Amino acid sequence: MQVLITIVSLGVFCLLAEIFNLRKLLVPVTVIGLLAILGISLNLWAIDPSMDEKYASMIAVDSFSNAFSSLFIILTIFLVALSGDFYKENQTKISDFIAIKVFLLSGAVAMVSFANLSMFFLGIEVLSIALYVLAASRRLDVKSNEAGMKYFLMGSFASGIILFGICLIYGATGYFDLAAIKDLSSGAGLPIWFPIGITLMIIGMLFKIAAAPFHFWAPDVYEGSPAMTTATMSTLAKVVAMAALYKILSSMTSSLTPTFEMVIVVVSILSMTIGNIMALRQDNVKRMLAFSGISHAGFMLMAILSLSTAASTLLYYTAAYALAGIASFAVIIYITRNKDNEATANFNGLGKTNPLLAAVLTASLLSMAGIPIFSGFFAKFMLFTDTIKSGYLFLVIIGVINSIISVGYYFKLILAMYTKEAAEEKQAVPFVYYFVAVVSILLNILIGIHPSLVTNLLN
Amino acid sequence: MDVTTLLLLLLVGAIATFFAGDKLASKVALVFSLGALGLSLYLLNLLNQGTNIGFTGSWIANPKVALAFKADGLSMAMVLLTTALTPLIIFSSFGNSFTNAKNFYALVLFMSFAMTGTFLAADGLLYYIFWELALIPIYFIALIWGNGDAEERKKAVVKFFIYTLGGSLFMLIAFAYLYSKAGSFLLEDLYKLDLKANEECWIFLAFFLAYAIKIPIIPFHTWQAKVYQKAPTVGTMLLSGIMLKMGLYSVIRWQLPIAPSAAKTYMPVLIGLSIAGVIYGSIVALRQKDLKKLLAYSSLAHVGLIAAGCYTLTLDGLSGAVSQMIAHGFVIVGLFFAAEVIFRRYETRTIADLGGIRSQTPKFTSMFMILVLASVALPGTFNFVGEFTVLYSLSQVNIWFAVLGGTTIILGAYYMLKMFQDVMLGETNSKVFADVTTNEAITFVVIIAFLLFFGLYPKPIVDLVTPSLNEILEVINK
Repeated sequence: MQVLITIVSLGVFCLLAEIFNLRKLLVPVTVIGLLAILGISLNLWAIDPSMDEKYASMIAVDSFSNAFSSLFIILTIFLVALSGDFYKENQTKISDFIAIKVFLLSGAVAMVSFANLSMFFLGIEVLSIALYVLAASRRLDVKSNEAGMKYFLMGSFASGIILFGICLIYGATGYFDLAAIKDLSSGAGLPIWFPIGITLMIIGMLFKIAAAPFHFWAPDVYEGSPAMTTATMSTLAKVVAMAALYKILSSMTSSLTPTFEMVIVVVSILSMTIGNIMALRQDNVKRMLAFSGISHAGFMLMAILSLSTAASTLLYYTAAYALAGIASFAVIIYITRNKDNEATANFNGLGKTNPLLAAVLTASLLSMAGIPIFSGFFAKFMLFTDTIKSGYLFLVIIGVINSIISVGYYFKLILAMYTKEAAEEKQAVPFVYYFVAVVSILLNILIGIHPSLVTNLLN
Repeated sequence: MDVTTLLLLLLVGAIATFFAGDKLASKVALVFSLGALGLSLYLLNLLNQGTNIGFTGSWIANPKVALAFKADGLSMAMVLLTTALTPLIIFSSFGNSFTNAKNFYALVLFMSFAMTGTFLAADGLLYYIFWELALIPIYFIALIWGNGDAEERKKAVVKFFIYTLGGSLFMLIAFAYLYSKAGSFLLEDLYKLDLKANEECWIFLAFFLAYAIKIPIIPFHTWQAKVYQKAPTVGTMLLSGIMLKMGLYSVIRWQLPIAPSAAKTYMPVLIGLSIAGVIYGSIVALRQKDLKKLLAYSSLAHVGLIAAGCYTLTLDGLSGAVSQMIAHGFVIVGLFFAAEVIFRRYETRTIADLGGIRSQTPKFTSMFMILVLASVALPGTFNFVGEFTVLYSLSQVNIWFAVLGGTTIILGAYYMLKMFQDVMLGETNSKVFADVTTNEAITFVVIIAFLLFFGLYPKPIVDLVTPSLNEILEVINK
């Protein structure tokens, strides 16, 4: 709870900074504030790892929520650090954008530490509304407006479905409280709308994580939104939604029914395959990463098949994916910041004009493709071992085939960087891009060399 | 002192080379690779004295992965092949200049590090990681520093990458499955596993896919010739000299002992496929117009025979295969270097444009001739020891295998000598062919000396690998 309160206060401070004309200091101060919050979050662990703190049974802090909150805070630090340069031409609105990002984080933290469904819904709305605003934040750009509108319509539709599901669950059990619902769900005799309610909630969440067949909004919204927002959506928002989905399922039901597992298997296969095959055909980098994100959602869904044991695997996968995502977006934002599109051609010859950024982007793409020693490899590997243990060998084989396909489009970008001639001269790069790109890829490699750093957090 | 020091030395070497700057990179790389050679000879000495130079440490708790390196005679033989060829390959490139030399040589050393790790790893996942790591440097070496049309090169290299990665991912599934059975990736635990016949069969096939692509065995060879042709000579040497030995070594170390009954069931098919590669490679080599491509197909024929030796599951077959791996590693590096020497002077690899070099450079001609003869397994060279042992083991399984496999020597002699005739002999070429420089001569002499010495006295190598091969055979026949 301290974490949530401090995040919200930091958000309020960001808004106030506008009044007191502290724009210049805003980014560094926010980053320092977030680092302090990360410290608080880690400190909670040190005090008592099994602590179960409750506020009117709204929030339950456990190692799961703590681990994921810390990951979200780290991602937000990177995103805020990049914002300073990205919104340079929008100095007057910078405090709004940063405050929105901080509030978004508060929604994210609420989504993994809820003990009550109403708190969960609050969290998801705070997160989503922040994202709608960010998607439409380039107000004079038609594409950005379209993206914001599309995302808002689709997202509010999904929120509506989730809310409907929560209502049905309340109708069936009489509780919003997770612990009480779990007690009731293990006994027999719940009316049929309890499973229907859960199904509706899951459909809503599949919308949010952009898993097929609920993925149609993602490519357009990713492409239209400003690159900074796309980075937020594809890293932070995706892993938040995935963690929340896992938490809903694992805290409301003790085990999934076979039929339900089959549905997850089908959704996972569809997402992986559609995402990958469509990504092969894209020339716009943001669109390509949108489809690659869809296929990664398919991979992450495998974790749900081993619901009781896969929390640490999911944490590892999301961390690996998001860190690689941040590193690649740091490069992409820099390359495309003065361009009107994000075509692969913009990356031509980057290997010669800026070897360091090219190396970082290459490393992050290799991580997403699942090549060792990057953490993306271990993430996929752990997921595969868990899934084989739960008896879904064929799903793993499909996953592997998809990994091979994904090499095709990740390498398209790598080839462009190293084999084509650059169209323009090398430009000076603000230090912050190097910093974020290098630090996040180093973190990615660090947890690749030493996976126990992350997996031990939840064991 | 154990093998981790060797791995660290190579890794540090790669980093140091990167920071040495473009001018010094090649020299720093050479120093480190020579250091690695010295260290591996010292380790070999320790091993012969009976010291345990393996290493086991914990790495990841869940899933349980250990940092385990096993150094027995077989591993050390392969490690020595790697650490002996790396300085040779680096030294042979001194006549070329590369843009971004620091990246280039750092990648070469890094690849050497990954390959050494593959030969030493005794934990399935660790082995897999090294196996994949070796792929990344060669991808960039071939892509960035390769020759020929960029678009075509890109296609060839990406095809190579996707092929090998695809094959190995199936091996990864096999490992994940084995882990769910054994609860550990350690080699010894996997050896102990008692699998059902159909499980073994699937696991064998998954491994086979990875290795058949890497070696390559027909019909998984289609990536090979183009990549050999397009890669820079250093890359081709690394690929053909060491990297494809990774596949052959893995067959002996991982595939056969983990799934022995499947290996026995499929033995005729596997030997048949390998020998088909021998014949196919030889016939296609006959018709090649490009020197590097001809050598690529000759390499396909030779490794086919080595693979056939491995799949006989006899001591002779295995030890012949290991000898031939080492011999082939040296001879193919020498031959590709000869092609490079010609290219440096005439800027072409098309056989039709060559000819009439002999009279201009007797030194080079004689060295090239010895390499050609070694490659066709003339008695007195180490290649003869290897090929003869393999053919003998094949004849024990079925005399017809030996007869068909023996065509490699006949056809090999035909296409290699024909190539030699077209490239070196004939009327004196109007273009001047400068004689070999001292640096180039040193590379040739080292390779030739090695091949002749062990051709006459193969005992040290055979003695080194036989105990570990016997151990593996025990597991296979348990």
